[in-house]
Amino acid sequence: MKASVQTTRRGLFGLAGAAAAVAAMGPGSTRAQAVSTRAKIVIIGAGAAGTGLANKLVRRLDGAEITIIDPRPEHLYQPGLSLVATGLKPASYVVSQTADWLPRGVTLIAEAAAAIDPLAKTVATTGGQTVAYDFLVLAPGLVLDHQAIEGFSRDLIGTNGIGALYGGPEDAAKTWEAVRAYTETGGVALMSRPTTEMKCAGAPLKHAFLVEDIASRTVGAGNFEIHYTAPQGALFGVPIVAEKVRMLFGQRGIATHMQHTLKSIEPGTKRAVFAKTGTDAATGQPVTSDVEMQYDYLHVIPPQRAPDFIRQSDLSWADKWTDQGWVEVDSKTLRHLRYPDIFAIGDVAGVPKGKTAASVKWQIPVVEDHLVAAIGGQEGTAVYDGYTSCPLITRVGQAMLIEFDYNNNLVPSFPGVIAPLEELWISWLMKTLALKPTYNAMLRGDA
Amino acid sequence: MQELTLGTMIAVFEEMFGRWLFWGLVAAAVVITGLYLMVLIRDRRVSWRKFLVAQLSMPVGAVAAVLFLQQITHSHLRDMGGPVDWLVLIGVAGLGGVGLAIMVYTLQSLLRRPGRDAGRDAVPEVRAVGAVPVVLEGS
Repeated sequence: MKASVQTTRRGLFGLAGAAAAVAAMGPGSTRAQAVSTRAKIVIIGAGAAGTGLANKLVRRLDGAEITIIDPRPEHLYQPGLSLVATGLKPASYVVSQTADWLPRGVTLIAEAAAAIDPLAKTVATTGGQTVAYDFLVLAPGLVLDHQAIEGFSRDLIGTNGIGALYGGPEDAAKTWEAVRAYTETGGVALMSRPTTEMKCAGAPLKHAFLVEDIASRTVGAGNFEIHYTAPQGALFGVPIVAEKVRMLFGQRGIATHMQHTLKSIEPGTKRAVFAKTGTDAATGQPVTSDVEMQYDYLHVIPPQRAPDFIRQSDLSWADKWTDQGWVEVDSKTLRHLRYPDIFAIGDVAGVPKGKTAASVKWQIPVVEDHLVAAIGGQEGTAVYDGYTSCPLITRVGQAMLIEFDYNNNLVPSFPGVIAPLEELWISWLMKTLALKPTYNAMLRGDA
Repeated sequence: MQELTLGTMIAVFEEMFGRWLFWGLVAAAVVITGLYLMVLIRDRRVSWRKFLVAQLSMPVGAVAAVLFLQQITHSHLRDMGGPVDWLVLIGVAGLGGVGLAIMVYTLQSLLRRPGRDAGRDAVPEVRAVGAVPVVLEGS
């Protein structure tokens, strides 16, 4: 193994003096020696997790038969969708070609997975192929359950004041059409989020902040009002962040409606119905009532679930997230609790936090470690602590670089330099300049 | 950030600019700095006239660097949120100012032979080795 100059995240500025060593270093300078194996490894999904892991594995394994199953030719940089939906980036900003990221020696089957037999250790595809595996990595992402919102369909996005940025670059670009119209005319904007777990739980907040910021500079204060609705009782899963967002919403005049779940919409009349949950004052029993709200702009985030083939293959938690079907894995190793030759990584993993690209960046080395160790007949040692990162955009030009773990601890990468709960330009620069290159480097297995 | 290695930083910069542009920029910085040192050693003195022109170009480089960054990131001076933001802004301005000054001084030295403007310099001779810190003080 080559010698390397390495530092922890806390030693960032110590690197300046070592700049002279840069020329002698390459991206792969910390590679470990490859393990010889004939193992068949199947990865379902060529998104951030599947692609990043595949690039890591080809460097660690010599002779392994690695197959990736994914029907979509395009790779989507999903952290960019919030920027597309507010006109800050074009739709093309998030699109690249899946095949361009995959390493040589990996077989891509351009079909969707249809079923998994964890006992026979095979994956069936929608094209009728059956692929045997020794180790299986589940990284198919999640599915958006648009039909759960009565009256909503994707072809409505961009019309009648309706936005929904999660569906992909086209949906995000159409969302910007609706946002632009709203910020020119004003009125009432309703922001929603689902009851289920969701990818990038900060995105609904970012969208609310950005729409407010753009509207305040276009139609102007007094001509619009923004209402943030959520089924949960708090604005963010991490209490200290939730309090900060509550204060910012107060300063910006964004009204909050907690315990409100979007049920249905009437696009023609621009009315949305929410199920409001509360407690009956007399009996103490939970009660639900319908609340109708008028809107000029409505942002819809549908419920999010594991793909059907996961839920139908006996791989989901039986006692948690039963309506969502996330894979039953150990939260520290991401290894299936009943089928040790199966791992789950990314959105589909049934862990308390971590449906972000930043989480994936932390999860990849953990799965890599345990998978390579298992091939060598050993136990891995790497642990995923639930790290995730949310560059929580609060204005065009400012963000809070919030990083936290399973225990709701803030774990700032640059303590004392970049304060996590301050709205900073440097955090915005990191979101708009550094994040995509870091993501791309992760896809290539270099970061 | 999980671990920040030099290799990771290079990979990120390669992705940010593209591999060829990134290494092209590194090469351009090395070449310009090398040429700057070369003309100092060749001329064996600092030309104060050229240095004055170089210094006058510094505000242009500083402002241009800041405006360029703001342009590509949709941001504005109103977005300064804390001391670290001002440090970043000053750093960007400083890089732009010093970078342009070095380039302007080097271009003048390459385009004009030494001695042509020697008579107009207020200080006729300064040894090149001692001149480098003077340039840095000016930044």
